[in-house]
Amino acid sequence: MLRDITLGQYYQTESVIHRLDPRVKLAGTLLYIISLFLFRNFLGYVVAAVFLGIVIRLSRVPFRFMVKGMHAILFLLLFTVIFNLFLTPGVPLLTLWKLTITREGVEMAVTIAIRLTMLIIGSSIMTLTTTPNNLTDGMEKGMRPLKWIGVPVHEVAMMMSIALRFIPILLEETDKIMKAQIARGADFESGNLMKRAKAMVPLLVPLFISAFRRANDLAMAMESRCYRGGEGRTKMKPLVYKGRDRIGYLCIAIYLAVSIAVGRLPVF
Amino acid sequence: MSIILDHVNYIYGADTPLAVKALDDVCLQFPDGQFVGIIGHTGSGKSTLVQHLNGLVKATSGHIYVDGEDIYDRDYDRKKLRSKVGLVFQYPEHQLFEIDVFTDVCFGPRNLGLEKKEVELRAYEALRKVGLPEDLFYQSPFELSGGQKRRVAIAGVLAMKPQVLILDEPTAGLDPKGRDEILGQIKELQCTTGMTILLVSHSMEDVAEYVDRIIVMNKGRVMLDDEPREVFAQYKELEEVGLAAPQVTYILHELQERGFQVDVNATTIGEAAKTILQAIGKKKTNI
Repeated sequence: MLRDITLGQYYQTESVIHRLDPRVKLAGTLLYIISLFLFRNFLGYVVAAVFLGIVIRLSRVPFRFMVKGMHAILFLLLFTVIFNLFLTPGVPLLTLWKLTITREGVEMAVTIAIRLTMLIIGSSIMTLTTTPNNLTDGMEKGMRPLKWIGVPVHEVAMMMSIALRFIPILLEETDKIMKAQIARGADFESGNLMKRAKAMVPLLVPLFISAFRRANDLAMAMESRCYRGGEGRTKMKPLVYKGRDRIGYLCIAIYLAVSIAVGRLPVF
Repeated sequence: MSIILDHVNYIYGADTPLAVKALDDVCLQFPDGQFVGIIGHTGSGKSTLVQHLNGLVKATSGHIYVDGEDIYDRDYDRKKLRSKVGLVFQYPEHQLFEIDVFTDVCFGPRNLGLEKKEVELRAYEALRKVGLPEDLFYQSPFELSGGQKRRVAIAGVLAMKPQVLILDEPTAGLDPKGRDEILGQIKELQCTTGMTILLVSHSMEDVAEYVDRIIVMNKGRVMLDDEPREVFAQYKELEEVGLAAPQVTYILHELQERGFQVDVNATTIGEAAKTILQAIGKKKTNI
C-alpha cells in the first residue's frame, strides 16, 4: 500500500533528461513553475502543456507512472478547486442553497486546477529523472552564492540527501512494522479518528526507535570515515556543464520567451 | 487446521519496470501438527510465502484454503485467521512498543477482544512457555538482550493461541547457544501442544535436528519438498542453488567414498556419530 506513492521517487531508465546536469533541471523546474503563474490567458497553458509533453516524452518515464503519484494530492486538488469555485465573488451563474457559483469562480477554479496539476507533474519529472544524490549535488553547487551570507550550504545539502535517502528505508520499515502488528491483531483501518490515532502508537514507537538507531549508526559510520563537514571536501564526480546542458538551458530560455509572450497576449 | 496452497503466484511491483515474480506457481499442503522447515536463499520467496498464509499479502493469482475455506472469499474473517495462524517476524524490534514486557505480550490477545483476566492469563502462560525469567516481565522490552527480545516477540504471538505458528528466521543474529535454546523450546512447544510449526530459515543446520519435513524454495518456486534425509541426499542440487546440506552429510559422504560403511542418510550429529562408530567398529573387526 505504501509502495504506491510515486511522488518524489526516482525512475530508473536511460534518457536525455536523465543525463542532464541536475542544475539545469533545477533551474528549468523553477523557471517553469514561475512561468505558470505569469500567464494571463489559456494559450500560455497550451504552450506549457506542449513543452511538458515533449519533456515527458524525452524522459521516457511512462505517463501512467507519473499520474499514479497524483492520487496522493488529489484531495488537495479537489479542496482548492471547490473552495475557489464557491467562494470567489463576481457575476453569479448558479445558486445552490446558500452557495453561489460565479463566472469568476469557475475561471479561477479551472486555472488553479490546471496550474496545480502542471506544477506537480513538472516538478515530479525532476525527481523522477534525477537521483537524490545528484539532486542535492546540484542544489549544493547551485546555492553556493548563499555561502557568502553565512548559509551552511553543504550541511543543508547533506541533510537533504540523508533525508531523501531515508524515505524509502523508513517506508519499507513502516510496511514491515505494520505487518508485524497486523499479525498480532492490530487494526489500522477501522474505527473513528480517535481510535485510529490510538492504533498508530504500536506503529510509531518502533518506527521512531528504529529511525533514531539508524541515525546514530549513520553518524558513527560517517565519523569513522573522517567526515567533518564541507570544509575542503572534494567531489568524486564534480558537476561540469556539457554541450547538452547548454542546449538544455537554451531550450528553457526559448520556452520562457515563447510561453510568456503568448501567455500575456490579451486574447481571452 | 490444514492449509492448502493452490497454484499461488505473487508478483512484486506489478506494472512497474521492477516487477519481480516472488512466488511462481506454488502448490503446498500443511497438515496438522507437522514441524516444517522452509529453507531458501535471501530472495527465494520464503518470507513472501509465509506472509500469504495469514493473509498479510494477497496472492496475485491462485487460492489458499485454511480449514477448507478460501481466505480470499469476500466474507472471510481475516482477523480471525490471524489469530489462528500466528506469524512472528524476523526482527523483534518491529513489534515491541509497550512500556513493559508483560503489557506488550498482552497486545495480541487484547486485540482479540478477550476479557482482561483472560488476556493476562494468556500473556503469563506465553511468557512462561518461551522460558523468559519472571523478573524480566516488568522491564522495558528495549532493555532486553537480542535473545530475550526474540522470546518476548514469540510470546506476543503465542498469547493469541494460534493453531499454526510461523517463525521467520527466529535465530538470525543469535549466538549458537541462544539459537539452540530457542529452537529447543520451539520443538518442545510443538511436542506439548501439537501445534503446526513452520520454521523459515536459510540454514539447513538449524532445522535438520528439529523438523519432520523440509521445503526448499528457489527463485519463488518449490524446489524440493520431502523428509530431511531425502532432501539432504540431493546435496549436490542444493549446492547449485547456493544452499548446503548440514556438515555431517558431507563428512558421511566423504567417509563412504573412502570405504567406510556409514549410513549417509543420518541428518543429525547424534545419528552421524552413531553410524560412524558402527562403521569404525566393523572395520576393526574386518581387519
